Amino acid sequence: MAEEAAASGPLPVVSFLKIPDGGDPYLEGQRCGDCGAIFLGERSICSNCGVRENLKPQKLADTGVLYVYSIVHRSFPGIEVPFVSAVVDLDGGGTVKGNLINVEPTPEKVRMGMPVEVVYRIAPTKDRDGNEYLSYYFQPREK
Amino acid sequence: MSDVYIMGIDMIRFGRYPDRSVPELGAEAALLALDDAGLTIQDIEALYCGNLMQASGMIGQRILREIGQTGIPVTNSANACATGATAFREGWTAIKAGLCDLVLVVGVEQLGKVGLLGGGGGGKGISKEGLLGSGTMPCVFAEAGMEHARKHGTTFEQFAKVSVKNHAHSVKNSKSMYQKETPLEMVMNAEMIAYPNTKLMCSVNVDGAAAAVLASEKKARELGLGRAVRVAASILTSDPFTERDLVMPDVNTCTRQAASKAYEMAGLGPQDLDLVELHDCFATAEILHYENLGLCADGEAGKMIDEGESAHGGRIPVNVSGGLLSKGHPLGATGVANLYEVSTHLRGEAGSRQVEGAKVGLTHVIGLGSACGIHILEKVG
Repeated sequence: MAEEAAASGPLPVVSFLKIPDGGDPYLEGQRCGDCGAIFLGERSICSNCGVRENLKPQKLADTGVLYVYSIVHRSFPGIEVPFVSAVVDLDGGGTVKGNLINVEPTPEKVRMGMPVEVVYRIAPTKDRDGNEYLSYYFQPREK
Repeated sequence: MSDVYIMGIDMIRFGRYPDRSVPELGAEAALLALDDAGLTIQDIEALYCGNLMQASGMIGQRILREIGQTGIPVTNSANACATGATAFREGWTAIKAGLCDLVLVVGVEQLGKVGLLGGGGGGKGISKEGLLGSGTMPCVFAEAGMEHARKHGTTFEQFAKVSVKNHAHSVKNSKSMYQKETPLEMVMNAEMIAYPNTKLMCSVNVDGAAAAVLASEKKARELGLGRAVRVAASILTSDPFTERDLVMPDVNTCTRQAASKAYEMAGLGPQDLDLVELHDCFATAEILHYENLGLCADGEAGKMIDEGESAHGGRIPVNVSGGLLSKGHPLGATGVANLYEVSTHLRGEAGSRQVEGAKVGLTHVIGLGSACGIHILEKVG
């Protein structure tokens, strides 16, 4: 952790957010070579079919559709509400959860099935050591 | 293998008992169940105790310190909100295996006003709550409900009607935390917690305890089958891999699999049920489980609540106790309290909320993470 903390850029908010040197950030899944199931984060065994050592990294798409959502009005102290908690099916496979931004947080404006894209921003909070984190968000995408 | 019978079962009124300990609450329920069976702790061969929040606290043994340290084996179970049903099933298993003829099961929890559950962070770095969506229970079950809305067009109003129904049921249950009717406008206009779940669509964090005495068929006949209730099925499942399970806990598949196995074990179907106590941790959840338990066809749950089919007096009454929404949801006690409610109706002892002529009932709980426990109970004789 100490070495990571000393790195110059922001840290990824989750392990499946990849920040290549000099490249654009992206989300990475692990696809099972036997059954095709897609996971988030490193692992060596597929929990769908049980096969070992046949999971390969796969770059996930930055576009997808909103599967379901909730508009969260009550959370823990210090967390800004309301916000849209969104489950997004990415084009080409993989489902991720995150905040849907740049849309009015009302059921009238948030539509299940709407096209969304993944965008990357610095998270508003830092950790205790003062490190910045890069997070991913979803926003509505023009068709 | 021997059939298993409930010989005694009871619960304390769910509420807030800040001045009492978890073992004390459990002991009170244990004594109520023993009294109901006409037995003492000296008759009991094993204790199965369900408690979640103090899972490492040897609660079962501490209950025996309150009511009688007879040296019997004690097993403490924790399985999220399926904890009580899991402890009950452990007792059932011991009798099925022929190891015991009489066991005691206790489910107990002290939640107090714990507030929001879930979403507590964990992992490295900064908190993901409010950054990568929300992991709080009201939100998780809101998203599960929205999946139903997406597939079947279920409305906020239909979800809200679940709360109207269960709160109306609670008025006749003196063991319920709340016994207050809540009209539709009141439910829909209550504080929004996580759309579409308002505050009145969230179950209540309470303290509670419930207990049961289980017997083998041989022992049940010896004691008299008069008020006995037969356990026709006991099933526990975990969540199989499903497409979105990594980010969206799937409470449907494990319930469907458990229901199918339970009906098979009991040799009965959903059409044979007279009442159901299911896991209405949030109003959205109840709608999903109508279909998961086969109480109606897929896509018909909204219609089922609209037409009052799941209300007392309807085609298949659901949560006549008031459900977790009004009775309260003391995690480890919930599963045993469900079994108490159904047993009470099968015994014809439910007073003003009695489902007339009830012969078969089903109980269902879901522990997120996930565990699903289903029991089917049958009136004897």
